[in-house]
Formats: sequence, structure tokens, C-alpha cells
Amino acid sequence: MDENKRNTNYKLYVESKVPKTKAWPSLFKAFLLGGLICALGQGFFDLYSYFFPNLSESETSTCMLMTIIFITCFLTGVGIYDVIGAWGGAGSVIPITGFSNSISSPAIEFKKEGIIYGICVKMFTIAGPVIVCGVVGSIIAGFIGLFI
Amino acid sequence: MINIWDYVISFLVGGFICFLGQILVIRTKITTARILVLFLIIGMVLEVFNVYAPFKEFAKAGATVPIIGFGASLARGAIMASKEYGLIGIFTGGLTAASGGIAMAIFASFIFALIFSSKTKRGGH
Amino acid sequence: MQTIKIKNPVYLLNGFSMVGPLEGEGPLKDYFDYILKDDTLKEKTFEKSERRLLLDIINGAIEKSGLTKSDIEFFFGGDLLNQIVSSSFTARELSLPFIGMYSACATMAEALALSAIFIDNGLASNVIAGTCTHFSSAERQYRFPLELGNQRPPTAQWTITGGGASVISKLPSNVRISAVTFGKVIDYGIDDVNNMGAAMAPAASDTICTHLTNMKAKSNDYDFIATGDLGKLGSEILIDLMEQRDIILGKNYADCGCMMFNKTQRVFMGGSGAGCSASVLNSYILHKLNAGEFKRVLLVSTGALMSTTTAQQGDTIPGIAHAVELEYVGKDSKSNSNNKQRSKSNKLKENKHSKRKS
Repeated sequence: MDENKRNTNYKLYVESKVPKTKAWPSLFKAFLLGGLICALGQGFFDLYSYFFPNLSESETSTCMLMTIIFITCFLTGVGIYDVIGAWGGAGSVIPITGFSNSISSPAIEFKKEGIIYGICVKMFTIAGPVIVCGVVGSIIAGFIGLFI
Repeated sequence: MINIWDYVISFLVGGFICFLGQILVIRTKITTARILVLFLIIGMVLEVFNVYAPFKEFAKAGATVPIIGFGASLARGAIMASKEYGLIGIFTGGLTAASGGIAMAIFASFIFALIFSSKTKRGGH
Repeated sequence: MQTIKIKNPVYLLNGFSMVGPLEGEGPLKDYFDYILKDDTLKEKTFEKSERRLLLDIINGAIEKSGLTKSDIEFFFGGDLLNQIVSSSFTARELSLPFIGMYSACATMAEALALSAIFIDNGLASNVIAGTCTHFSSAERQYRFPLELGNQRPPTAQWTITGGGASVISKLPSNVRISAVTFGKVIDYGIDDVNNMGAAMAPAASDTICTHLTNMKAKSNDYDFIATGDLGKLGSEILIDLMEQRDIILGKNYADCGCMMFNKTQRVFMGGSGAGCSASVLNSYILHKLNAGEFKRVLLVSTGALMSTTTAQQGDTIPGIAHAVELEYVGKDSKSNSNNKQRSKSNKLKENKHSKRKS
């Protein structure tokens, strides 16, 4: 029998065997968790604009994001965030908490390989692409900005 | 000046973005790093086409908290700086605008990595 | 021939199994020799915990079989970590001649098979075969950091914490190793690392088929056929693949990965890892064999032979499966050539057991 044909057939067969889980519960959880994190962000935003009225809107936004990032790193450290993430799926990844968790989790995990080769090197194993794409993308955006 | 509508719209819009992300997760087996990059780029594109500012005006934290907002601020920083400082601004603007978030993520991760160790999981979900 | 019959009596003298807390809550909890309360074993890193686990298992098995370390001539073992560090570091502590091997999760069957061949050919009289895995060390090597809040797809499997070791010997016991089959590496083009069961099932089906053909046996001649860690999906696929070859796997078939956990434990498709078949063999299967409840057992450990690098480069996942046939023989019958005699003594044994039970 032709090997490629056999493999394609087998792949199709396996796909048909994979249990179909109900999508709605996980979509709902992602919606709920993502929404709650954003509402929490709005809470911090209002809090900071009340206490520090001199800050500009974007500075207040930055403060709010930094607070959320800090809290996520803490929750990752005490081992709660992975449970939240396993529950909420994309609802925990797409808010800035996902970025923060993807930096802090390898840092904590690879601590045992030492500070330099563990924490510092492995910190960007997952979030590295975000920073790389962010920098490259912003430079491209800047070029576009020059001409408009 | 707490406006309850801000919270409702943040919840709904932020939740909807995550809902779209979850559809991707279920359909395509996408990994964490890829989701982050994808939505970051979406944010940048929105900013470049000047769509992000009105969207943020409408959605409040529902636009800034998702990684879309992070991408948009990187792009906005570079665009603003390019107008102000020319060529050098293209390179300095992006990271300057996003420096707060990145610095806090690195700093907090470093500190908490020194304090905490990873724990074994007791089953998934 | 792919199947090697063990002509001289080679016995599985005794086995020892040790598992982590999560596995210790599963349906086999009464069969394991030791259930850890703390899966770090008070070591600083999970890699250290894993090798500590293996060392404890090996020492436990030697002690349980009533031998001393000086009686053991070789240590056959392997594990899932890069450069099989857990086994080689354990061998350093044991100071036994070490034959390290890697067949991913099929290591236990490979180690048993080679041990049996060694003894069959008079190269040794007592050897030990063992392996183990640790969830946390496997997770950080193969997947993501433990604290990353990611979701696993429904086809994922759960690497178990635990393992087992068997002492293979010329000294008579109730369980004899009668034949072994080394499997071919088979790849049906599955490239999803979260669906290892599907990648390994073709290899398992090939090995089982070869073994049955060479032994001129049918699947229902065996009281128990156990695959290593195909998981729920993988074992369903295996049953279908076997049906295509006109071999029916019925109630006598089970997968060690599925047996390890309850349905309520959130482990997706079930357990996986080299320790999976090692711990189930040395607890449940060995117990049933010793009691005479199983007369003939086929253990087929399955392994997925990819690395993180090949997976990232988009290569498909090759699978392997090794089979070991275990038979119940009465301790009294030292010669196994006479089948009638054996079955008689089996009956005697059974009677003894049933008396004891009543």
C-alpha cells in the first residue's frame, strides 16, 4: 500500500476518533474570565485617576497595566495562575496577564538552573516572540508613520 | 466619577476578544506564544489604521487590558516619535511607550522567581 | 525472528512499584507497594526527585525479592529525561554494571526482554530492570513551565509520577518470562505531540500481531493483554486497527495509562510515561499473576520516539512497542516443559489460594 495514502487515511481516521468536546462551556469561561480581568483593569484605572488626577490618561493606563502585571506575577509565583489559566483558557492569555504569566512562569520554573542561566535566560522562552514582534512591528509602524 | 457603563463595556468587549481567542484555541490548537503574537499584531494594525483610538474611547479597559492594547501602544509610540524626532524616533518610540509594562513584567518575574518555586500540578481541567 | 522464545526457565522473582500522590488516588492504589505523600522526595529539583524515586524503587525491589545488592549482576534501565540521566545517576549510586536504554515509554518492556535474554543465555543469574518518570521533570523538558496558565487539548495525556522495577532471576517464582518481541519503529504520520496515543497505536498493533503470529496464539489465549500508555483514544484506535487484522481485543485488553486513573481525575486521555507500564506491571499485573488469577499475560509497552527538537521542526512521531509474555507457573514446578504437570501444580496453587481467601 502506498505509504502516503495510508498516512492520510490514518490521519483522517484519527481525527474522526478524537472526542468532540462541547465548545460552549470553554468559550463562556474564556468570555467571563477575560471580561472580569478587563473590568478589574477599569477599576484600577478609575482608582488611579481619582488619586492621581495629574497623570495623563495614557500614564494612568500604564499604571493600571503595571498593577495587573504585578498581581499576575504574584499569582503565578504562589501557584494560582496556572489553575485560573487552565480554567479560563484564552480568557487568561489575551489580557496582559497572559504576557505577564508567560514571562514569570519560566522564570520561576527554571530558577533551579541558576539566576543567570535559569531565570534570566529562560525568562523569555515563551514571551520572547511577543517582545521581538512588538519591537519589529513598532519600527515598521514608525516607518509607516513617517510617510503619513 | 465611577461610571458603571465603563465597567459593563470593558467586561463585554474584553470578554468578546477572549471569546474570539478561545475559538482559535479550540479550532486550531494554537499555543500561548502564538495567540499573544497574533493579537499583538492585530493591535498594531488597528493603531496604524487609526481604528484603535476610537475603539479605546468606546471600550475603555476592554481595549487597553488585552494584549491588543499593548501592541497598539507600541505602534502609537513609534508613530508619534517618528513625527517628533524623525528616523531615530522610529527606533526609540515603540519601546519607550511600552517600557512600563515590559519593565514591570521583567522586574516582578525576577523578584518572584527568587522567592517562589514551581509546584506540582494536581490534575488539569 | 522478531519474537525470541525464552527456552530456559527465567523468572520474574519480584517487583516493586512506587507512585506519586495523584496516582495513589487512582483505582490501583491498593496494589502499589508505596505511595509517595510528597512527590519532591525532599530533593531540591524535580530531576533529583526523579532519580531518588528510581533509586528507592530499585532498592525496594532488591529488598522485596530477598536478595542483596551483591547478588544483582546487571541493571537494565532508562527513562525519559535527556541523556537518560535519571537511570545513569541512579546506576552511579547503585554501583552496578549498567545497561542504559531508551525506548521512551516502552523502556520497561525492553529492559525486561533484554534481562530475560541475558539470563536465558546464562550470562547472569540475577538482574534488575526498572524505570520511572516524574510528571514535573517531564513537563518542563517536553512541554511548558508548570506555572504557565495554558489549557491542554482533550487528547493530551498525563505523564505519571512513579515507576517500577523487577528482579529477573534463575531462582524460581510464580511468574515466568516465556517470550519477548522487539518491535519495529512505525510511523503513520501523526505529528501532534498532544496525541501520542494515535502515534503509538500502529506500532502496538504491529508488535501484538507479530507476537501472536510467531507464538501461534490467539488474542483470547491470553488472560490479560496490557498496552503501556496509549491512553483512552489510543487504545480505541488500537482495537480498531487490530480488528482490521482480524484480531479481536476484548475484555482481556486494557491500557496501563487508562487503568492508572479514575474518570473523576482530570487527566484527559489517561496516564503516560515510562513509569506507567513499569508501575502497573509490578503492582496489579504481578499481583494477579502471583495469585494465579492471570495465567498468561502479554505486556506491550509503547513509546513515542520524538524529541522536542524534531517536534518543533515539524517531523512526524515514530512509535515503537516491545512485547513481553509472562506466564503463571507454580513455584513447585521447576520444569516448565511438561504442560500437564504445570497445569496440575497451577490447580494446586489455586486451591491453596482459594483456601487462604476463604
